[in-house]
Amino acid sequence: MKFGIVTFPGSNCDYDAFHAVTDVLGEEATYLWHKDHDLQGADVIILPGGFSYGDYLRAGAIARFSPIMQEVVSHAKSGGPVLGICNGFQIACEAGLLPGALMRNSHLQFVSAEVRIRVENADTMFTNLYERGEILRIPIAHGDGRYVASADVLDELEAEGRVIFRYADASGNISADANPNGSERNIAGIVSESGNVLGMMPHPERACSPLLGSSDGVRLLESILTKVAA
Amino acid sequence: MAQFRIAVHITPRKGLLDPQGNAVKGALHTLGFEPVKDVHVGRYIVIETDAYDAIAAEEAVTDMCRKLLANPVTEDFEIESAVHA
Repeated sequence: MKFGIVTFPGSNCDYDAFHAVTDVLGEEATYLWHKDHDLQGADVIILPGGFSYGDYLRAGAIARFSPIMQEVVSHAKSGGPVLGICNGFQIACEAGLLPGALMRNSHLQFVSAEVRIRVENADTMFTNLYERGEILRIPIAHGDGRYVASADVLDELEAEGRVIFRYADASGNISADANPNGSERNIAGIVSESGNVLGMMPHPERACSPLLGSSDGVRLLESILTKVAA
Repeated sequence: MAQFRIAVHITPRKGLLDPQGNAVKGALHTLGFEPVKDVHVGRYIVIETDAYDAIAAEEAVTDMCRKLLANPVTEDFEIESAVHA
């Protein structure tokens, strides 16, 4: 399986994603430059974290007009897996691949910390190797991670099982204290209507080795392998 | 064609939490401006563009707001009347 990792000017988690895919999963990966028009045969696209275009205007607002994003949108529309992490989540929302938006953290501070997220739906392309209710330890590092959408959209996401990760405490309780950025309903990750686009603020690619404090992110990537290979 | 200048005000959608506005309001209260009820922090963008007339310039900038300058999920925008640049 081939992963394409998009590098925008200002991306800074593309190398982390490359390491996770090649060294941890043992799969093939290639960097896709934002000016390219070709996904180079990649089966799975990763929109990595960082500060594409300096977060000018709004996080992700300019990146979505990159030439490569037109190809990523076509890939997503034809059912290809797309994983938007952190800035990648912001870009996916701006590009209309996912509903809602990411706003400034409610406490106005940048947060770099390990958080816990609860798996809300283990029947997706990205979570099929987890169990529902499982608590994962995954790091976050963002200043604009507060997920916002209209009440109608939030209700629809919940009803369709598209909220797949929620910020929780160690016992799995969904509380305001466990919410690191003020996201509506503690939402940490959602999938698109057709289930092939995932957006999440936490960084699974940085939780792929005991050396880094957690390996809980590995199964997310492995889930994609089992689903796409199947 | 003529050149026009149009100012755009973009503010957080009313009803959504505006932590920046709240922080500024708190600071204003600390300074003694107790009557301040609410503060909203947004963006001010000035566009200079060629257009056939002022109406065409305003229509173009409205389109720009919908497509890029404002996020329709979280922000509202208002444009000022076009002036000759």
